[in-house]
Amino acid sequence: MSTTTTRGVAQPAPAKASQARPRRGLRGNPTLNFWLFTGPFLIGLVIFVFVPIVWSIWLSFFDARYTVTPSNFIGLDNYKQILTNSNFPDSLLTFSVFAAFIVPTTWALSLGLALLVNQLRFMRAFFRSVFFLPTAVSYVAAALIWKMSIFSGVRFGLMNTVLGWFGVDNIAYLADPTPPWYWLVIVTLRLWIQSGFYMILFLAALQNIPAELYEAAAIDGAKKGWQTFRYITLPQLRATSTAVILLLLIAAYQAFDEFFNIIGTKATWAQTPLMELYKAALGTNQDYGAGSAGAVILSLLICLVTLVQGKFMGFGRGDESK
Amino acid sequence: MSALSNDNFSRRSLFRAAAGMAAAGTLAACGSNNGRGGSGGSGTQLVQYFHAYGEAGTEQAIKRYAAAYKKAGVSTNWITGNNFEAKLFSALLTKQAPDVFEFHPQLQMVKSGQVADLSDLIDPVKDDFNPNDIKSHTVDGKIYGIRMIDDPQFFYYRKSMLEKAKVDVPTTLDELLDAAAKLTTDKVKGVFLGNDFTAIQNNLIFSAGAETLDANNKIGYHTDGVVEGLKKLRTLFTSGHVLLDAPTDFWDPSALNQGLCAIQWGGMWSMPAMQKALGDDLGIFPFPKIGSSGKLSVYNGGWSIFVNAKSKNVDAAKEYVKWLWIDQKKYQEDWALSYGFHIPPRTSIANSATKLKSGLPAEAVKLFTDYGHFDNIGFDQVMITAFNDVIASSVRKNGNPEAALDACDKKVNVELKKLFG
Repeated sequence: MSTTTTRGVAQPAPAKASQARPRRGLRGNPTLNFWLFTGPFLIGLVIFVFVPIVWSIWLSFFDARYTVTPSNFIGLDNYKQILTNSNFPDSLLTFSVFAAFIVPTTWALSLGLALLVNQLRFMRAFFRSVFFLPTAVSYVAAALIWKMSIFSGVRFGLMNTVLGWFGVDNIAYLADPTPPWYWLVIVTLRLWIQSGFYMILFLAALQNIPAELYEAAAIDGAKKGWQTFRYITLPQLRATSTAVILLLLIAAYQAFDEFFNIIGTKATWAQTPLMELYKAALGTNQDYGAGSAGAVILSLLICLVTLVQGKFMGFGRGDESK
Repeated sequence: MSALSNDNFSRRSLFRAAAGMAAAGTLAACGSNNGRGGSGGSGTQLVQYFHAYGEAGTEQAIKRYAAAYKKAGVSTNWITGNNFEAKLFSALLTKQAPDVFEFHPQLQMVKSGQVADLSDLIDPVKDDFNPNDIKSHTVDGKIYGIRMIDDPQFFYYRKSMLEKAKVDVPTTLDELLDAAAKLTTDKVKGVFLGNDFTAIQNNLIFSAGAETLDANNKIGYHTDGVVEGLKKLRTLFTSGHVLLDAPTDFWDPSALNQGLCAIQWGGMWSMPAMQKALGDDLGIFPFPKIGSSGKLSVYNGGWSIFVNAKSKNVDAAKEYVKWLWIDQKKYQEDWALSYGFHIPPRTSIANSATKLKSGLPAEAVKLFTDYGHFDNIGFDQVMITAFNDVIASSVRKNGNPEAALDACDKKVNVELKKLFG
């Protein structure tokens, strides 16, 4: 998230300036001002985020079927249940495979798009918008288009029509999991929706790389293209890349909408962790205890991965590490 | 430098929090639209939940009945999408819970005290109901829901296509596989069983001569016949003679109406739309026998009305339910017959329903009576979901049916223990 730090150097310390000339009306008690501005958000954060988290942890130790105010303490039984007699562990595996593929792919595609758009001399704003627009589409709407129009299994589905021109038989992309065509559907959809957004992040970071660096490199004899990219652009994008990968990982962990709408819950494959928890807690079983236990496990995993990733890639370490 | 970037970071966190709040605000706004805004009545406001029926006019009908009730204001939440259960179950935990809702009879809702005892409403007219519909809603002598409609499910077929391919109506699963092969052309697939095959999971059990649960509430579905059925369905699934990934699922008449398949699994509710589209070129038959001890079977689904036992207005809700689903026979008949076709669970209405007296509807009623299997109240949503996995892993995937059934048994036994001890 420290993508703007370089700009911070170029335009020194706006914060100090405002300290020197305090605006009227905000002169009073700084503590009061702090709470005035952050209070409403903090209240929302507490009510909608922290309370549910604590509640969920509490539920995970109770026999909470058909109720969220249970009284029967059962210790770790819910954890045992969700880890041994459910599809939740399988879904973690599914997710890991999915994340291992989708994170680097989206990263590479958005970086590629950003580099291309950044090279443009004309119509840069146009292409920037074109690639960014899919971000505004809801996953559910896109999932329905992908499922019912593009990858429909009948002969008049878009893909089957195109394949039909080459004499290929109709393929049931979603009903038949062997071979796993459903990944094609899921991955193309996710790339289409996501890469534009991360492209914008990369584009901002690319435009923040000081031109002097490239000039200096050119004087030192660095060739344009791969060499400058490898030794200047990529290292300069480190902070952004780290943030993008982190966001992508979290997004992959949270995958739900397109899986729920494209694969559905009546399958044993491509069930993400959140779908399994949804099935356990809401959809059918109404077992809020087991669902919460799974949610706690999932949250711990996300924390762990984030910390490990931070350790490796230096998230939040700032510019000293560059 | 690092201080500045930290500043940036925390400022951003605040922005993110702000965005979160905005999102939460939107959600809260959605939540406040709970349908309690209805007018009329003498102060008491009731909320009812219905899943979105596909047939035109159904939503207006339910709202029209509600508006005609004078003792309380009744507003309707008409829930679209395919996760009615999820919305209903999560709403039942909150203060905005519906007072009245439709669902299927499931024991866990009774055991957990979610649905109110309606025996006193039904008892006076008990004899007028189909005894099976009373039985499937009864636990320990108390009746917990009122059946609104019975929905038999069976196969629809295009007579002309079967004649052209010289195929007889299949009576065994093997014959169905043969028929599907003969009926398949480059434009039309032989048979459509719904997109995920779970629509026929009950019939797979019934047609193999088994039951979901036996009389002692032990697992009844794990038999050799069911294993054989699963293997044959796997053959059918991979044969290329079955319609997959259709734009609509089995509950919609489109697949057959648009000529995508020659035989389609469906519900009686689709009959008017199919007759309109296909005229006389339409027949029906029950799910064929599986194996040597197999039987023809029809699954009698349907919807029932329940009262939320934890509602603040239980008495008002019961009064409304009695008014509409016991007293107002005109509305009950309208609901069962004016949109999609359903069989009225009340004998007096069924007997006077001229629409069901002749032709294809009469055949459907006969299938319902002769081969119909009703829901077992003990086979609840957890078990249904567990069996969904059997279909997914051993029909759509090439898994071993025995292993899939074993995994299902494990989950079902945990649930059975919770329900019956």
